Amino acid sequence: MSVSQNWRLERQRYRLQGEECPHCGAKIFPPRDACPECAKPAQEPYTFVGKGEIYSYTTVIDGPLGFEYQSPYVVALVKLDEGPIITTQLTDLEGEPEIGMRVEMVTRKLRTDGDEGVIVYGYKFRPLLLPEA
Amino acid sequence: MTPQTDQPALPPMKPDREVGIVGYGAYVPRYRLPGAEISRIWKDGMGGSPVAEKSLPGLDEDVVTMSIEAARNALARADIDPSQIRAVWVGSESHPYAVKPSSTIVAEAIGAVPATLAADMEFACKAGSEAMQAAIGMVGSGMAPYALGIGMDTAQGRPGDALEYTAAAGGAAYLIGPAGESLAVIEATYSFVTDTPDFWRRAQAIYPSHGERFTGEPAYFHHITSAGKALMDGLGAKAADFDYAVFHQPNVKFPQRAAKMLGFTGEQIEVGLLSNRIGNTYAGAALIGLTAILDQAKPGDRILMVSFGSGAGSDAMAVRATDLLAERRDRAPKTEDYIARRTEVDYAVYARYRGKLRTK
Repeated sequence: MSVSQNWRLERQRYRLQGEECPHCGAKIFPPRDACPECAKPAQEPYTFVGKGEIYSYTTVIDGPLGFEYQSPYVVALVKLDEGPIITTQLTDLEGEPEIGMRVEMVTRKLRTDGDEGVIVYGYKFRPLLLPEA
Repeated sequence: MTPQTDQPALPPMKPDREVGIVGYGAYVPRYRLPGAEISRIWKDGMGGSPVAEKSLPGLDEDVVTMSIEAARNALARADIDPSQIRAVWVGSESHPYAVKPSSTIVAEAIGAVPATLAADMEFACKAGSEAMQAAIGMVGSGMAPYALGIGMDTAQGRPGDALEYTAAAGGAAYLIGPAGESLAVIEATYSFVTDTPDFWRRAQAIYPSHGERFTGEPAYFHHITSAGKALMDGLGAKAADFDYAVFHQPNVKFPQRAAKMLGFTGEQIEVGLLSNRIGNTYAGAALIGLTAILDQAKPGDRILMVSFGSGAGSDAMAVRATDLLAERRDRAPKTEDYIARRTEVDYAVYARYRGKLRTK
């Protein structure tokens, strides 16, 4: 992706900023300006709390270009507490994750565009640092 | 002593309006390399290590990601809208870019943009307290309601060098604001700087160089004790008037000796002395000692923090805990939560994680 494409995605990637539908209240991620639930316009920004659970996952042994230095790594579908399911890397894992495991959002390095290019940052999820009250 | 440091001490530094720490947050990555592993590779296991183990960052971590987490912890303990933060300063000697501020990425991630100052500070291990000093001035003058000062590092040690045992990763973020909203108020500060080349890294060089034993007396001890003494004298305070103290911790022995020279007991520095378990977190080292103390301090407790950065200089700060501290500190992970989260690695994994393997 080009520098400008990554730049446009900063808010959703750094802060997990999506949208909230003013008509039916659905929380939307990634932001798409139209509600996937009721099909009406939805442009109100909403920052997700950043907690959810693992819906499914797989381990990538041979990562594609740009991800080879972090391989092997785990990619998961995480169901956010507000509803949407997102694709994300898991990080700070100790052993295998489990389906249903509670996870929280952190901002990490996603990839580096070679030795001289930009560093792309964004969300990943890790097992909860502290147990939930 | 060099002639320029024989000048009489000036009064402590105090802003026009009282300010304090309205939020604080620590961060230590989860990986640990025992000193015995470095000794195994380079000394046939024969030498001792100045610390039991040091922390190192994961493959997807750097000063930016670590600063973001510490800043989020600081915000969690403060009751403020992040858009009211008018300055974000990140002090480090391991910024991921040579040109491109770490601070704008941190500011964007925590929602402090766009009506804010943002810059990266560099002063070896003093860059973090320098950022705090600037934030104190910014808020104390009334230019900003809140300002964020961060000290964070992923320090690099030359393989086989004495500093490889201690060069570690971690740090802390301090949100400075009005004294009335503070978890701890800043009583006064004192900064003390001379041109003393005890440790440096030239542009383009990967690893730093140092002046061996020159780093002790004329550098670390002279600056720490001068700044600490000038601040205590200016406040009319003795070591016994403080409940806790923390000094820059490049190892375990140096801060213990500096404490003794200033009249502090082992008990007063125990809580903030983390280097044996996480190593030297450079710009974060004094700052994360202070977060460990704030995690425990009672209302009214007085704390002295003195940083040290090679090159060289020290910032001394006297802070006093308020009633709000106990109420707010459980809102974010404590320093000890990060230290307890521990995955031990061997030298091979360390070499990979710290980019010491050439793949092309």
